[in-house]
Amino acid sequence: MSEQPILEVKNLSKSFGKFKVLSNVSLKIEKGQLCALIGPNGAGKTTFYNVVTGRYRPDRGSVLFEGRDISGVQTHRLTSMGLLRSFQITNIFPALTVLENILAPLVVYHAKGYSFLRAIKKQPALADEAKHILGRVGLENKWDQVASTLAYGDRRLIEIALVLACRPKLVLLDEPTAGMNPEETDRMIKLIKELAGRSETTFFVVEHDMKVVFSVAEKIFVLNQGELLAEGTPEEIRSNQKVKVAYLGGYLDAKG
Amino acid sequence: MRSYKNLFLWFFLLAALASVPFLLPVYWIMILTEILVMSMFAMSFNLLFGYTGLLSFGQAGFFGTGGYLAVLTLLHGSTSIWVALVAGVLGSGLIALIIGWLCVRRDEIYFAILTLGFGMMLFTIAHNWRSVTGGSDGLGNFSVPEVDFLGVVLTLADPKIFYFFVLIIVLLGTWLLSRIVNSPFGLLLKAARENSNRIAFIGANVRSLRLFAFVIAGALAGASGVLFAMFNRIASPEMLHWSFSGKVILMTLLGGSGVFFGPAVGAAIFFVLEHIITSFTTNWMIFLGIILVLLVLLFPSGVLGSLLETWGRIRKGHKL
Repeated sequence: MSEQPILEVKNLSKSFGKFKVLSNVSLKIEKGQLCALIGPNGAGKTTFYNVVTGRYRPDRGSVLFEGRDISGVQTHRLTSMGLLRSFQITNIFPALTVLENILAPLVVYHAKGYSFLRAIKKQPALADEAKHILGRVGLENKWDQVASTLAYGDRRLIEIALVLACRPKLVLLDEPTAGMNPEETDRMIKLIKELAGRSETTFFVVEHDMKVVFSVAEKIFVLNQGELLAEGTPEEIRSNQKVKVAYLGGYLDAKG
Repeated sequence: MRSYKNLFLWFFLLAALASVPFLLPVYWIMILTEILVMSMFAMSFNLLFGYTGLLSFGQAGFFGTGGYLAVLTLLHGSTSIWVALVAGVLGSGLIALIIGWLCVRRDEIYFAILTLGFGMMLFTIAHNWRSVTGGSDGLGNFSVPEVDFLGVVLTLADPKIFYFFVLIIVLLGTWLLSRIVNSPFGLLLKAARENSNRIAFIGANVRSLRLFAFVIAGALAGASGVLFAMFNRIASPEMLHWSFSGKVILMTLLGGSGVFFGPAVGAAIFFVLEHIITSFTTNWMIFLGIILVLLVLLFPSGVLGSLLETWGRIRKGHKL
């Protein structure tokens, strides 16, 4: 018997008023498989993302995380269950130092959120752990700087480190390279591959940028006008006629 | 190195505060007592405002609740100051739990208006429930209790002894607050101030964090109110009035909400100015207003906050 998928979406539908944004979308993500969801603007990516992470309730269908239906579960509970998301806009704690940004999720993870008599500075194990996590995204030398003073690309890395500090089982990355320059984009792609390769965490990228998707994903889902158009390896998606017609034509032609 | 310097500062501050009753006339001992009481009130308010990012306009409600409960205890229950203090702290903490449970559901201005509304409700209860609270006259006519301290019986009616009593309680409250702001819980409060939407995505519940802070602030406001009522020999409805909440906000901004001791410095400046100016003129509010406006304009991060910022820049300059 094969292992239970870490995320299973069954017959998901969602409308806003008369406008049907998602219709009957089903997909499965296996543990450890680096997957991506792509689709042109207005395909329903963001809505899909928001339904899966619990922000919207689906009209029909269900979302199973490790086999458990998670519709209606509060966000902070999803986080402690191990289902995490990152944000398209930088969403960190700006006036805190880089280290404090990472300490915040760590104290929650270690159930010290309501411990209020012992100074955090007198718990060096927490700071060591935070620095170790910062090391994974390459920010270990900037731990004492105020987060808002860092460059844009570095602030995006804090975002990733914040997610990692929660010890996630599954991370949904919402356009992780949005707004980045090419150099920062390359660094982020490398980082995602690295993290997916050697950690217990499964990553699922929702992306607009073709270059990013084809260079990171092992499996790609294509969403078009609210429906799942195709799924498969990058090669299968590249050669899929329906996908070419609906969406990829220009990009693939340009690549020759 | 740094911790030795801190220890020295603390020692100096304590020595200064402890020697004051032997150096100053009674009038100034009493002003200093009032400053200490209001310092604790303002610092507890700042746990919500400066650290958690919640502007409460109803803290006077908890301050007054503490005062009334202490006086009621002394009139009808026990003659022990400790029982009265515990009643005031627990009672105001419980009221803060109930009111806070509703208020933490909203942010920013909505939170401020909710706390203002509940504060006015508490004021109205104190003002109109004559049979229990004495109405607009307040509740006086209680005998200031004696304290049995290691077998020595001391009377709190003596301003010097009352000063030391207040000093010990305020130091305890300050110690508790400083532990809180440096703790993991304190870090999460600051994180909630910085970005409350993100808190759920690090696995914490922002409402219960805020509620916890609200109850601590309410209970410490209540403790300050107990001391204030003992000091004035009366619990009066003005203690719960929204303008009293405004006074605490003013003190906090004046001293600096971003610094732990900022609200205490603000309380000191406020009272010293008030007492000096009232000795010259009956139109003291005008002059106090002018000075406060100037201070706020000249020290945008509060007096203590701006001074520390300047000091930090000078030190950096020297290093370079």
